Formats: sequence, structure tokens, C-alpha cells
Amino acid sequence: MTPVIAARGLTKTFGDLTAVDGIDFEVPAGESFGLLGPNGAGKSTTMRMVGAVSSRTAGDLRVLGLDPDAHGPEIRSQLGVVPQEDNLDPELKVRENLIVYGRYFGIPKAVCAKRADELLAFAQLEDKARNKVDDLSGGMKRRLTIARALINEPRILMLDEPTTGLDPQARHVLWDRLFRLKERGTTLVLTTHYMDEAEQLCDRLVVVDHGRIMAEGSPSQLIRQYASREVAELRFGSDRNADAAARLEGLAERIEVLPDRVLLYTDDGEALLERVTDLGLHPTTSLVRRSSLEDVFLRLTGRSLIE
Amino acid sequence: MSAGALPRRLGWWYVAEHTWRAMRAYAWTIVMEGIGQPLVYLLGIGLGLAAFIEVSVADGADGPVTYLQFVAPALLASSAVGITMGEFTYVVMSGFKWRRLYWGMNASPVQPQQIVGGIVFAVVVRMLLTTAAYYVLIVAFGAVVDPWTGALMPLVGTLGGLAFGLPLLAYAASITEDKGQFAMVQRFVFTPLFLFSGTFYPLDTMPVWLQWIGWLSPLWHATEIGRSLSYGSPPGAWPVGVHLAILLVMATTGWVLARRVFVRRLRG
Amino acid sequence: MTTTTAPAPVRRGGGVRALYAGNARAILMRSLTATKSSNWAVVLSGFFEPVFYLVAMGYGLGSFVGDLTLPTGETVSYAAFIAPGLLAVSAMNGAVYDSTWNVFFKLHFGKLYQAQLTTSIGPLDVALGEISYALLRGGVYALGFLTVMQVMGLNLAWSAVAAVPAVLLVAFGFASVGMAVTSYLKTFQQMDWVTFVMLPMFLFSATFYPLSVYPEPIQWLIKAMPLWHGVELVRGLTLGVLDPSMYVHVAYYVVMVVVGLTFTTTRLRALFLD
Repeated sequence: MTPVIAARGLTKTFGDLTAVDGIDFEVPAGESFGLLGPNGAGKSTTMRMVGAVSSRTAGDLRVLGLDPDAHGPEIRSQLGVVPQEDNLDPELKVRENLIVYGRYFGIPKAVCAKRADELLAFAQLEDKARNKVDDLSGGMKRRLTIARALINEPRILMLDEPTTGLDPQARHVLWDRLFRLKERGTTLVLTTHYMDEAEQLCDRLVVVDHGRIMAEGSPSQLIRQYASREVAELRFGSDRNADAAARLEGLAERIEVLPDRVLLYTDDGEALLERVTDLGLHPTTSLVRRSSLEDVFLRLTGRSLIE
Repeated sequence: MSAGALPRRLGWWYVAEHTWRAMRAYAWTIVMEGIGQPLVYLLGIGLGLAAFIEVSVADGADGPVTYLQFVAPALLASSAVGITMGEFTYVVMSGFKWRRLYWGMNASPVQPQQIVGGIVFAVVVRMLLTTAAYYVLIVAFGAVVDPWTGALMPLVGTLGGLAFGLPLLAYAASITEDKGQFAMVQRFVFTPLFLFSGTFYPLDTMPVWLQWIGWLSPLWHATEIGRSLSYGSPPGAWPVGVHLAILLVMATTGWVLARRVFVRRLRG
Repeated sequence: MTTTTAPAPVRRGGGVRALYAGNARAILMRSLTATKSSNWAVVLSGFFEPVFYLVAMGYGLGSFVGDLTLPTGETVSYAAFIAPGLLAVSAMNGAVYDSTWNVFFKLHFGKLYQAQLTTSIGPLDVALGEISYALLRGGVYALGFLTVMQVMGLNLAWSAVAAVPAVLLVAFGFASVGMAVTSYLKTFQQMDWVTFVMLPMFLFSATFYPLSVYPEPIQWLIKAMPLWHGVELVRGLTLGVLDPSMYVHVAYYVVMVVVGLTFTTTRLRALFLD
């Protein structure tokens, strides 16, 4: 089966700045695909090129088998886009927002109205249908934006930082809705700089930094490949972390020294903590946890994701 | 491939539909601007200034005309220009920056050229309706000498509105940061044009070093065409064709620039 | 005799002290600081509008109108006649803009007042501080315009000096009422109604011609409007036509100030403190 998105050597430059630097990836139909990376990594630019609203500088790109530079309207008519910043129309009511947007796809008004009601139910916004957009909470606005992106029954749903700025509860409600879409077989493409989000939603992801792909795989594969099973986080106090780390050399597979803590990568965290105490070192706090994509990113780039 | 075929043809119309729906939120303002404001101007000037200025300020093809007949075409044209001061400034800035509506449209099959086309079309309809209402009022006030040829005035006024508005639209679309540019346009472009475009007295009353404002002013050109439609041109007036050509050049230039700015900004 | 039961003590929401911390200066300071980082061209541009009107109408239209004979028998140029009117009009416009659009924005979008009122500042401090800032700006514009009038020889008497406080009084009156009205408005659309009240007042204000051109009933209507009093007051001072009716004009504005401030503080208290 041909992939719904195929990029080869995809490149975008703005003057001297290379935002996307020759990346290759493919997304098969029905997959949930994530672009993970810090701000400015080139995720949004990649999304804009896939969304057929920004032309590429070099390389090849096919979306649904078509070249976005030549077939923008045809491609966009089969995409649903959830932008990073909401752009709902505050002068229209909640339900009107869906109907008006559906018109942009050439969908007859009656069909828009019917779909709008279904989507309001899906987004759990039925009782807000006649409210103004400004009356909605941040999480509700996001859900409305997602509902709007589904009005044309898209083959690919693209989400740019879908839960940035939402409180934990609103994020979980949103993840639940996206998970349902995934179960129905909708292809999802999302960018995020949240590890937990990528782990929850993505079948497969690429880690992007400075416009390049650093690694690719499923969340668990990436963790297996680039991190140990567990991580011990030790805090000795800001000015003593580096000294302590020097004395811990050799205790773990890998040691990362961050300004506020020392990370020790190992397969058995508890056993490691005991050896630390045996050395006569007494961290002010210690914590053992499972490795996450955050650790993968740190390993790949030497930097923390959220700075 | 059929998906996207309809938006390729009708995208601009969907944008216009959206714009009209949004205008409903300030429908009362539109009605007041369309009927209340002209009424106040005509009453105020008719009862006040026209009664006060005893001499005739201008001639038509058949001799002197009343003050209200002289001013009416200018008021009508300036109402069209005034609409663009709102629709092609803050509304556009909001579409790009505050409410980001254009980015939403941009992610749909609709093309940037169609977005700007739809916005302009919606505003043209608003200008035509407003100037038509204005025309009915000035006829009722006896401010049009020949109501038959004068009936073209709404078209001319709308063209004047575009000659002023489309370059403004291109400028507004290029602004990324609000530093009070529109207040400056209001005070240093719109107000002087309104005052120095031969609105309240013939342009040649002004010293030559101020007349150039009128020559550059879409408002003056639209007004002069409107006047000749109402009461004919006095000897020595500029030919109507020249006024028309200038307006068309301004509007076309503005249109080309506005399209370019929209495409560049939405498809960077 | 009936037995009296002691009435339940009524809790009173404090007097003026609950609303006023005597620190309107802090609000004024904030506005001045904000002005420093704003676009100076925009701030200065406010000065030009009446000048454009003066040139366009005074000299353009003036060439058809000629000189005017005042009720006192004196003749004055058309420009000298309309200039004080324009000064009063621009005082009104500036004060109304500052007290409506500006305040509305801060009230509903900037959330500035909410933040200020969590400090020791009271609503009356906010009202007075904002109005003082509007007056300060208006005063600077007025001085500028009077200088232009002086250079053009349109100030015909020494009493023109008194036009500065007169303009400030006019602005104070409009700003107080404007702020009171704004505190009751809820949407931007309602703000447009302010414009629709201002326009007829401007066009029917006897700024550009004497009131006597109108039929008598309309004259009475215009005399009931605030702007006419402002125009007459300032005009009398710059032309040097002083008479007791000026006390009426002044009184009109004093009433506007008192009524406007009363409503503003009551409303701000209801919005923020109740």
C-alpha cells in the first residue's frame, strides 16, 4: 500500500535559515505519527509543507499521492488541520463555526449542519452549541477546533502541539478523544514537545532537532535503544552536583549532569541507590523512575526538551 | 480528482459568505452608518452650512447649483471610502494576527487569492448597498439634479472606495505588529483627503500647493465624476474619462499588491 | 406604646474612603510611563486634526463666506470664528476617545483595572487618574492649537489665555460622562453608539456658523447639548466677547463633572468591589 505521506530529502530554507534540512519519512494510512522536538526544531514548518500551505525548497513530498505544490486545494480538501494557536471565529456561535468552516470545502449547508451536530456530540460540546466561542474554556476551544478539523471527514488529521497550554485534566479529555479517532482508523500526524503525549498517542515517531531527524521508531523502541530501563535522579544541591557526578563515574551505564540534578541510567535503580550510599554520598533527594522519551531526547541532543 | 474541485471554483464565495455572517454581529452599526449617518450629514449641512453660505460655490453645465447638490456626491463617495477605513484595516489585521481567521481558511482548500477576493467582494457588496441607500436619501433631499444619470453614483462611489481601499488593504495585510499605523492613516491620510478633496468647496479654491492632495485623492476623482453625473461638468473641468482612468489604475494597483501580500504571507 | 425591636444593623459599604485611596497619581504615573514607550507619532498626531480642519474650512470655505458680524457689531474673519469652535470640538473628541475606547479596552481586554484594584488603589483613584491623564494630553493639544491660532492672528483678545482652563473644563466634563457611560457598556458594538451621538452633536453645534441660521426649535435643541456650551465659552474667550452667559456654560460643565463622576464611581464599585 502506498503511504499517505512520503517525504524524501524534504528541505525548507528561509533566507539563510534552514528550518528543515533534508528529512525522509513515510506515514502509512491509519498510523498515528508524531514529530517530537523542542521549539524551533522545524516541526511546524514540516507540518505546513505537508498541509500544502508552504512550498518546499528542495526534495520530494507526496501527500495522498499528490504533489502539494501543484495540488494544494485537492490535498487540503482531504486534510483536517488543528493549528497551534486557535483561530476560531469569536463572532460566530460554536455550532456556526463548524458550519461556516465546512463551507470552505464546498460542502452543502444541510450536510454541514448534520455533521456539525454529530461532531459537537463527539467533542462533548452539545450543550454549548449556541454559546459564543469566548465563553468556552481552553480545553473546550481545542475540542471545538478538532471538531472543526473533522467537518470534511479528512483522511489525515494534523495536530500542531494539540495540548500545549491546557491543564492536566483538559489534556486527558483531549487525549481520550484523539484516541477514539485513532481507533476509528483516522491517520493522525502530530507535533509535540511533551513526552507523555507522544507516548500516549503515537504509534511511531521521529525525534527532530535543528531541522534533522535524529531517531525514528515506536516510543518503546526508542527508549530501549537510547536509554536504560530505569533512571535514578539525584539532587546534591546546585553547586555540588558536578563534584558528586565525578565520584559516581562507573556506577551507571551513563551519567548526565543537569544544572539541578544528576541522572544515572541503569537497569536496576534501587540497587544503584544503595551503591551510592555505600560510597558515602548522601543526595538531598533521590528518585528512581522508568526511562522516558525525555531521556531519549537528552541522549540524542545533549539538551533537555523543555527549556 | 473531484475533491477540491468546488473550492477551486467557489472558494472566494465561501469567504464572502463567512464575512457577511460576521458582519451580522455589527449589523446595527452598518445600518446606522448606511442610513443614520447620511441623514445626519444631510440634515446638518442642509439646515446649517447650506443656509449659511449664501453665494453659490460651484457651477454645473447649466449654471450655478445649490450647496447641497454640490456636496452630496462627495458625501456619497466618502461613505464608501469610510467603509474601507474599517473593513480593510483592523478587520484584516485581526484576520492575520488577533483572531487568525485567515490561517484557518488557509488550511482549507481555499487559496490565498480567493481569500482576499472573497473579502473584497463582501465589502464591495456592502459599499454598493450603503451608497445606494445614500443615493436614495440625496435624491429625497433634492440634492441630485438629474436622478437618471445620477443613479450611476453608487457604482462610482464604490470604485472610489476601491481605489482608496485596495492599496490600504495591501498595506494592512503587510503589517505584522500594531504600532498605531491605522490611527496614523486615519489622521494623516483619510482626514486630509476628506477635507482637501474639494468636498466642501471646489478644489481650485485652494492654493495650487494644496491642490495636489485632491489630484492624488480617489475621493476627489470619484466626487467629480459623481458631480458631472448629477449636474454636468462646467467648462474647464477635467474630462470624466481621466478621473475614471485614475481610479481604475489605483484600484488595479491596489488589487495586484493586495493579492501578492496575501499569497506571500499565507504561503511563506 | 409599641415595643420597638432593635433593627438589624445594616452593613454599609463604607463611604468615599472605600473607593478612594487618595492615590490617583499612581494611575497617572502608569499612563505617563506607558506613553513613553508608545508610538510618539501617534501621540503627536492628535494635534494635527483640528489644524487640518482650520486650514480646510477656515481658509477654503472662508473665501466664500467672508467676514462675520458678531452680535456685538464687531466683524471677525471666518477662521477666527471657527478656530475656537474646533478647539472645543477637539477637546471633546480627545476626552471622549480617552474615556470610552481606551477605558473600555482596559476594562474588558487589558484587565488592567482588575489588577490595579487588587492593590490599595480604589475605583475612584482609577477614574480620577485616567481622567487626569486624558486632561493632561488634552491640555497639551490645546496649548499647541492656541499657539497656532496666535501665530495666525486668530486670538483677538487677551482673554484667550483663559481658553486653556476652559478647554480643560470642557474635556473634564466629557471625560467624566464618557467614563460613566463606558462603565455600563458591554460590547464593542455598543461603543459605536457613542459615535452616533457625537456626530450629530458636532454637525449641529454651531461650530462652523452662528446658531442663528437654524430655525428656533432646533436652536433650543442645540443649546441643550453640551458641545454648544463649550464652543460658546471658548469662542467668547478667544474673540474677547465676555458676558455673564459664560457662567451658565461653566455651570453646565460643572454639573457634567459631578454627575459623571458620581455614576462612574457607583458603577466601578458595583463592578469590582461588590
